[in-house]
Amino acid sequence: MKSFEFANPQSETEALELMNDHPEQTAVLAGGTDLISLLQADIIRPERVVDIKNISSMHDVAEVDDGLMVGALTTLEEVLDNSKLAEYASVAQAADAVHAIQIQSSGTIAGDLCHLPNCWYYRNGYGMLGLENGTSLPETGDNRYHAIFGNSGPAKFVTASRFAPALIAWGAKVRIIGPGPDEAEMLPLEYFYTTPRTERQGTTVLKPGQLVSHIWLPKTAGAVSGNYDVLQTEGLDWPLASASATLTISGGRVSDARIVLGHVAPTPWVSHDAATSLLGKTISEATAQAAGDAAVSRATPLSDNGYKVQLARTAVKRAILRSAGLLEGGL
Amino acid sequence: MADETKREFAWGPREENVLIGKDIQRIDGIAKATGRAKYTADINTPGTLFAKLLTSNQAHAKIKMLNIEPAKAVPGVRAVYVFLTAFDVETGESKEIRWDGAPIVAVAADRPEIAADGVRAIEIEYEPLPFFVDEEDMEGAEKAQEETGEKRIKKLPKSSKGDVEAAQSEAAVVHTGYYGIHTISHCCLEPHGSHCEWDGEEKLNVHLSTQNVSGTPGQFAGPLGLEQSAVEVIGNYEGGGFGSKFAADEWGLACAVLAKEAGKPVRLMLDRATDLKVAGTRPSGFIEITIAADAEGNIVSWDSNLWGSSGMGGGTVSPNQIPYVFDFPNVDRNATGLICNTGPNRAWRAPPHPQLCALTQTAMDDVAAKLQMDSYDLFMNNLQHVSKAFKERSEVYAEEMKIAAEMIDWKAKWHPHGKGGGNGAVKRGLGMALHTWGGGAGPCTCLLKVHPDGSVETFLGSQDLGTGTRTVIAIVMAETFGLTLDDVKVNLGSSKYPKSGASGGSITVGGVSSAHRMAAQSALWKIFDLVAAKYNVGAETLSAKGGQILSSGKPVCSWKQAAALVGPMPLEIQGATEKEGLTSSRVGGVQMVDVSVDTETGKVSINDFVCVQDCGLIIDELTARSQVYGGMIMGISYALTEERIMDNKTGRYMNADLENYKLPRIGDIGNLQVKMYQPASEYNRGVVGLGEPPVISPGAAISNAVANATGVRVPVLPLTPQRVLDALQKGGAA
Repeated sequence: MKSFEFANPQSETEALELMNDHPEQTAVLAGGTDLISLLQADIIRPERVVDIKNISSMHDVAEVDDGLMVGALTTLEEVLDNSKLAEYASVAQAADAVHAIQIQSSGTIAGDLCHLPNCWYYRNGYGMLGLENGTSLPETGDNRYHAIFGNSGPAKFVTASRFAPALIAWGAKVRIIGPGPDEAEMLPLEYFYTTPRTERQGTTVLKPGQLVSHIWLPKTAGAVSGNYDVLQTEGLDWPLASASATLTISGGRVSDARIVLGHVAPTPWVSHDAATSLLGKTISEATAQAAGDAAVSRATPLSDNGYKVQLARTAVKRAILRSAGLLEGGL
Repeated sequence: MADETKREFAWGPREENVLIGKDIQRIDGIAKATGRAKYTADINTPGTLFAKLLTSNQAHAKIKMLNIEPAKAVPGVRAVYVFLTAFDVETGESKEIRWDGAPIVAVAADRPEIAADGVRAIEIEYEPLPFFVDEEDMEGAEKAQEETGEKRIKKLPKSSKGDVEAAQSEAAVVHTGYYGIHTISHCCLEPHGSHCEWDGEEKLNVHLSTQNVSGTPGQFAGPLGLEQSAVEVIGNYEGGGFGSKFAADEWGLACAVLAKEAGKPVRLMLDRATDLKVAGTRPSGFIEITIAADAEGNIVSWDSNLWGSSGMGGGTVSPNQIPYVFDFPNVDRNATGLICNTGPNRAWRAPPHPQLCALTQTAMDDVAAKLQMDSYDLFMNNLQHVSKAFKERSEVYAEEMKIAAEMIDWKAKWHPHGKGGGNGAVKRGLGMALHTWGGGAGPCTCLLKVHPDGSVETFLGSQDLGTGTRTVIAIVMAETFGLTLDDVKVNLGSSKYPKSGASGGSITVGGVSSAHRMAAQSALWKIFDLVAAKYNVGAETLSAKGGQILSSGKPVCSWKQAAALVGPMPLEIQGATEKEGLTSSRVGGVQMVDVSVDTETGKVSINDFVCVQDCGLIIDELTARSQVYGGMIMGISYALTEERIMDNKTGRYMNADLENYKLPRIGDIGNLQVKMYQPASEYNRGVVGLGEPPVISPGAAISNAVANATGVRVPVLPLTPQRVLDALQKGGAA
């Protein structure tokens, strides 16, 4: 890795100041589980690294009038230990599916939301779009782990976030601060993600000099939720596909549903088709299966990842069944 | 003086053993667990520099331009070395770069990150050349050969016997299937590398992570223009080798040259990506098989067309060893090697048996499925066809199958392929396979010393790869002298000690145990003669037990008193491998596994996995079982997750990291049970090596269990969710 300045701010304001000296050349360090690998591989070569871990205001999980404010630096372990977050079952399940205590103890929830793609073309130095002489390497190269949705443009990678599907399904918002010291906005997490069309564009709306300070979750209001990661191994492994469901069930029937898939598109993938298919239904193996079918009906797999359609279908089905406490079996 | 004719090298009666055959923890376990044991990667003598490599990011290329001056200019960089295999600095002529990851330049610096800065500063331009990396695609290789004129196809010798066509026409069942097993890379916990330190201009000390302490000094001396006597190779502790660490390697020589140029010691360990790419792979094999059997499942003919790749060598899995373990009356074999721009192959634990087993015994299991037979019965019936070379082991196989079947409760759990029923998406199934290996004693010499104070030590230029070699040697010496493990000292891991063979082929345990039994018995007999003379007892009545010398069971003197009789200087005995009476060769083993398959995700998980394994006389049953556990876990790895993934677009090794090069974790290995098969007949054979055999069967056994669970053969290993789902879809089961 290239040498860099290391900054260690104690407050949000100080962090923004340090980030805005040369925002284009600054990287934010939280748990470091992604950034350190990217620095070591020379994929990211910042002049300055701003370590935000000592900003106390970003560590709390606090009840607010209309829900819960979760500090960006809340670790996966803290997510699992927090009784207020336990009500959001899908969020805790997402943390639990990260099968490595090292990542659970140092990885942070906002770090996960900002995790850059694991696409092996990106990680091997071909850029996030994997372009060589203007043509897409993942399009006809080895795309077994690539996108089956949202892949008609140059971006073929999949979003790496483990938490985004669950949080979006809950209607979470992110608090984005900067670049000015007093600037802050609340943005639905669903709109946080972008699909880049050029190498200069990122995977989120964050501009240089901005960072995520908090995640807001609405009150659960009696809704239930479930998350399902299709993992090949029991160790630390990236899901081949995942899905999260948040359901409001009144009188035994679904009155509101949010279904979001992960690791299948360059962004978390909201499936209105799956959600709509559940409205007015009771949750059963059959209705969950139908929602899974609906979720993948418009999938556009690449040359070598057709199997992920089946995995996405299963993830949706199992996330729904898990929300309703009906999931049985499965490995 | 005792009657010399009665003095034959032999193991003692089994029931009298105090240490041999017991569960004994490694004598270096505490040192390893506490970090006191120093591996090559730990060597950090004062002033040690750190080296890093610039490696090729091209599958096939020439170097148009290479400028190392900017690296030399980086403050803290002390030496830069250009690999002879990549570029001739004097003539400016590029060699052919033939695979991703090929070393080009090594940079040594005060700190690792400065070495990385140096690597980054190097200017290089490539002239890309056509490449081919898809080793499953024979047609693609033929096409590439036609288009570029570059040789991609190597026809290997055919062989045949009997009349396959006639046998097929008379058979009750003829099965044709496609099977395969992908290339995997060596992935030792400790990567390849060395620490080189010069003592003046003419003496080189090398700490090397090696399976070949005695054999590597010459590999340094020759290219460096040194006398072999001027090189000492030290390998006290090894983090695994598995067949990939027999050589000094070009990066070892680079380390020595950097150290000389810098005038300081240098440590050069390969990083994980480079280690996976260039430090040895296991060749792939893909095969079309037509197999014919009678109604009882007795296989009457075998017809196979095999291809695959070992990289640029154009080999594949050894075609003449297939079918594996079995040999059928009528056989036709055809094989082709594909020449691919991929890193070179090296012996990988039991080469090439795991691939042979996976390709052979999956096809046999499909014959059972076709006949709706219990796979157990099919394998049992075919023991009559065990290869002539070790026909005598077929009875042992039968016994081992019975024991394994009982351990896993085969009869109760068995159901015909695909007929397990069960609720929901998850199906369970059983599979089995069996294997063989030689494991005869390898060459070993040692110098054993009994000091006048009774302390005992040995010196030998062998190595302990982590398997327990040190412990086995200590057990043999302590047992022979009637001492405890604390009373004996094992000095190994220096090429200055008496030469010992490389540790490969499971030959180490036979070599070191017989050499030490021979040396220790020889020493003991000399001491017995001295005791007999001093205490006026018959030497032939003497034995050594519990720190005492006994005559017909009655104490004569202590071990220390006896040892004092050797005089003021130690008694020294040269030991050497003594095959006769102490060792044997040829082992077998049977593995059975119970798996679950999630038919909606393609995920396979191991429930119970049993191994019954013979290996003659067992010195330390604990480390023996550990070898078997390790083999089974490595087997689960290549059966389910582990594979090298080459990208056809870039020619690069895409998953050369431990995130995507997927090895099993503790939650993936299920319930392993090991039974060492050791009736008196095994003890009486003497010592046979064990390191390799248990890694052979898992691929076939697990694949067979998945086929039994789902009713569909997933043809190619590893059985990833993608391959399982694709097979289920093709088989109409999903």
